[in-house]
Amino acid sequence: MMAYIIRRVLYAIPILIGVNILTFVLFFVINSPDDMARMHLGVKRVTPEAIESWKREHGYDKPLLYNDRAAGAARFTDTIFFQKSLKLFQFDFGLSDSGRDIGYDISQRMWPSLAIAVPVLFIGLLVNISYALLIAFFRATYIDFWSVVLLVMMMSISSLFYIIGGQYLVSKVLHLVPISGYDTGLAAIKFLILPVIIGVVGGIGAGTRWYRTLFLEEINKDYVRTARAKGLSERLVLFRHVLKNALIPILTGVVVVLPLLFMGSLITESFFGIPGLGSYTIDAINRQDFAIVRAMVFLGSVLYILGLILTDISYTLVDPRVRLS
Amino acid sequence: MRKAYRSPIRRLVAPMALVLVMLLTAGCLSKPWNNPYPARDSDKNILYSSFEERPKHLDPVRSYSSNEYAFIAQIYEPPFQYDFLRRPYRLAPLSATRLPKVTYYDAKGKPVDAEAASGDITMAVYEIEIRPGIHYQPHPAFAKDENGAFLYHDLSTEEIEAANRLADFPRTGTRELVAADFVYQIKRLAFPHLHSPIRGLMADYIIGFDAYGKRLQKVFDTHKGKNGTGWLDLRQYPLEGVEAIGRYRFRIRLKQKYPQFAYWLAMPFFAPMPWEADRFYAQPGMAEHNITLDWYPVGTGPFMLTENNPNLRMVLSRNPNFHGESYPEQGDPGDAEAGLLRDAGKPMPFIDKAIYSLEKESIPYWNKFLQGYYDSSGISSDSFDQAVQFSAQGEAQLTDAMRKKGIKLLTAVSTSISYMGFNMRDPVIGGLSESARLLRQAISIAVDYEEYISIFANGRGVPAQGPIPPGIFGYRPPPRGVNHYVYEVVNGKPHRKPIEEARRLLAKAGYPGGRKADTGEPLILYFDVTASGPDDKARLNWVRKQFARLGIQLVLRTTDYNRFQEKMRKGTAQIFWWGWNADYPDPENFFFLLYGPNGKVAHGGENAANYANPEFDRLFERMKNMRNSPERQKVIDEMMEIVRRDAPWVWGMFPKAFSLHHAWYHNVKPNLMANNTLKYRRVDPQLRKQKRLAWNPPVLWPIGLLLALLMVSAIPAVVTWRRRERSAAR
Repeated sequence: MMAYIIRRVLYAIPILIGVNILTFVLFFVINSPDDMARMHLGVKRVTPEAIESWKREHGYDKPLLYNDRAAGAARFTDTIFFQKSLKLFQFDFGLSDSGRDIGYDISQRMWPSLAIAVPVLFIGLLVNISYALLIAFFRATYIDFWSVVLLVMMMSISSLFYIIGGQYLVSKVLHLVPISGYDTGLAAIKFLILPVIIGVVGGIGAGTRWYRTLFLEEINKDYVRTARAKGLSERLVLFRHVLKNALIPILTGVVVVLPLLFMGSLITESFFGIPGLGSYTIDAINRQDFAIVRAMVFLGSVLYILGLILTDISYTLVDPRVRLS
Repeated sequence: MRKAYRSPIRRLVAPMALVLVMLLTAGCLSKPWNNPYPARDSDKNILYSSFEERPKHLDPVRSYSSNEYAFIAQIYEPPFQYDFLRRPYRLAPLSATRLPKVTYYDAKGKPVDAEAASGDITMAVYEIEIRPGIHYQPHPAFAKDENGAFLYHDLSTEEIEAANRLADFPRTGTRELVAADFVYQIKRLAFPHLHSPIRGLMADYIIGFDAYGKRLQKVFDTHKGKNGTGWLDLRQYPLEGVEAIGRYRFRIRLKQKYPQFAYWLAMPFFAPMPWEADRFYAQPGMAEHNITLDWYPVGTGPFMLTENNPNLRMVLSRNPNFHGESYPEQGDPGDAEAGLLRDAGKPMPFIDKAIYSLEKESIPYWNKFLQGYYDSSGISSDSFDQAVQFSAQGEAQLTDAMRKKGIKLLTAVSTSISYMGFNMRDPVIGGLSESARLLRQAISIAVDYEEYISIFANGRGVPAQGPIPPGIFGYRPPPRGVNHYVYEVVNGKPHRKPIEEARRLLAKAGYPGGRKADTGEPLILYFDVTASGPDDKARLNWVRKQFARLGIQLVLRTTDYNRFQEKMRKGTAQIFWWGWNADYPDPENFFFLLYGPNGKVAHGGENAANYANPEFDRLFERMKNMRNSPERQKVIDEMMEIVRRDAPWVWGMFPKAFSLHHAWYHNVKPNLMANNTLKYRRVDPQLRKQKRLAWNPPVLWPIGLLLALLMVSAIPAVVTWRRRERSAAR
């Protein structure tokens, strides 16, 4: 398995280089270094000298990808792309274009994101699996029918509606929790209740339907019929056999998203004033802060690859038939 | 029958539980559950506000936006400020003892009268005396050990590595403000490395400023560290035009007469900077640990920034070293009746702390204001109808719901302008030919800004008759101030001319019915605009319809912000929207937007329309150096007539700011020039606490109802479950 993991890690390097090039090209198609300088220096009374000076100080006075004035390897290394990308692979994110330490900012902002994402994931799993099992138990009854109708309705509603509706109902009408804001330590709990509830409720539609499908697929298999023929109660059949065997796809779906929990949710964090990583990238794009955009895209790619590797490993743990080679 | 025995303890359980529930309920209901702040702060003298976006810069050398001034103007104290209550806007001393003494000199070095012709004045000297006894806020840059050596000026790499916040340096100190600190800051303005936005402007006026900047940069590049590390001790490099002449007096020498310079001295650019702070922050590694002057300001003002977490909140706390200042004792007529002189003569500031929370979305922001968790609020378009209604006379007033809450509304016409510009370099729409002028005049009539304000700004704007907004010298109210090229005066009020008049002008311009008279081809014009959302679509359709009323086909060239700016710089845009927010209350700050040598394409200036009229430019040069007088008004009237006739802009509108505040929030008077208004604000925390409690009682019954519904709906499921469990396998 170790060889497999090393191979996957090595495969990741060209992928990350590719992602980095793509991010670089897309960013600079939209923004030129001059635009970035203007954005950072402000819109009033900006002189061409100030723009040149800003570019020089921030290393944006070089060619983007190829330096035809240089010789040898410097044609590629004396460029914005090379100079700005090299340190990423050492996980040194450096300073943002506005002078902030990106690594420090990420380390500060990932905790609020996790404070929402982790409870949403696990409470959501519990609720969705329980509800899906309930529907599977009552399959082909009016409970199944109306539940599916309800779930499809819930899937069709925009997440923005859940947020605004939840804030309106729980905070504005019932006055139960603050409408937005955040704090540190235990004081954060009252701010997390509503976003977590909304995150869970908003995910019930898609999540429960997906798990229902998995359970119904399992429930029609031969081993389940055998279990029933042995005289096991439906409850035991569901919990002891169906749930256990349906865990593999559930696990796949969960493990792959685990690393991405760090990245946060843009809309939720924005509406609830949560200082997480979700809005970090969007703010950086709006501010044309390439250093942050590049760092966050790189981090997202690394975490996604990590998630895929973890998923493969988790297969071997839950399904003895799977062997990584 | 034998009575069941219950132990005394068991008998007490039920009443005790009941009492516990009652106590808990009473405890919980005695304070709002949705309070986003700690309950212990409910009685405290704290002002609550919000901000939408992280301020980019807090270093006064770079800061130039209103959202940045909201913070640093409370911390830094330039020599002058604007009088809080009196209008028209006038300067008053802040850290200075009095307004500047200005002396003018001719080429021979002899003093000349201020009214002498501008050409005769070759030097203007500003002498400013500051108040003794002003001290800086507590800051680690001033901390000294027992031997008088600075504690934190020569930190080791390990010490800096261990720090991530200013609070990681626990010892603080202070020192008295001296004139040399003002000189130091002006030198910082000249230093190109610090990218001050007014460096280019000041280089035109302060003697030796430009050469000084170039010299500093050269020294910095050759001898000092690059990439922001290393400290350049500006005290060692004298600046010709700026010098301290004693502990409390300094002098600034300008190359020419520039009366508006006094206004710049009221902006944070000219606030004092202690060299110790510059020295402290310049240590290698500080910037890498986010400890910079751009993040942690050092001032002498009434407040200091005690928490800077712009992803969450920013907190200004009372500066314990503040020198003290009294609330103004004089105001305008009506101020006393409005309660604005109730605190006259009392020491400021009134509040102990101001907490600004990050609110990116308007819905939670608005709801928190209604719940009493923000003391004041602007009004977004979404909530406008909920808050404001217009009377039959067109007067804005609060809705009943707002009045019941004791909320108050304040409105003020901004000292800014939003207009539609024509690129005067464009061969079709630009130039000073009669045809082009008539075409622009026709469009100016057709684009109905009254309708625009009503539809897209909820009535929050005043149609502009020229570039100067109300409240600025040179503005003339109707009927005299009406732009007679676009409006007629009916009952003393401006009425837009009928569209037929615009069509007549268009025909006279050579485009009858919107077609070229010689070829019959339709006249096609191009509107360059940045558009990002569905709201823009409605706005742009409206613009297209205005042109269509004249038969002109308007092609919308929507683009992103960067490309649009590029078009403006290169002069390839034809018609565009633009705006300006005044730096200071002088007509020069609006007319310079139309001054030829300020053209955006040719000179990189702020004249976005690239308008150039020699006669206007000549009058501008005369007007800008005049003091406010009937003679200056006469020149302004002449300039106004020229630009109205030439119509380089459709004059657009002066936005009207609407703000709401709660009954516990006092000493609020719109002052669009002053940014340091936090010290005047007073809150009544007890009233706020009562109102919050009354407005936010937790409502619990729907939760009980929901639980009951869930339980009832579960009954058939449970019945089915039990039946299945008992049935034989299928």
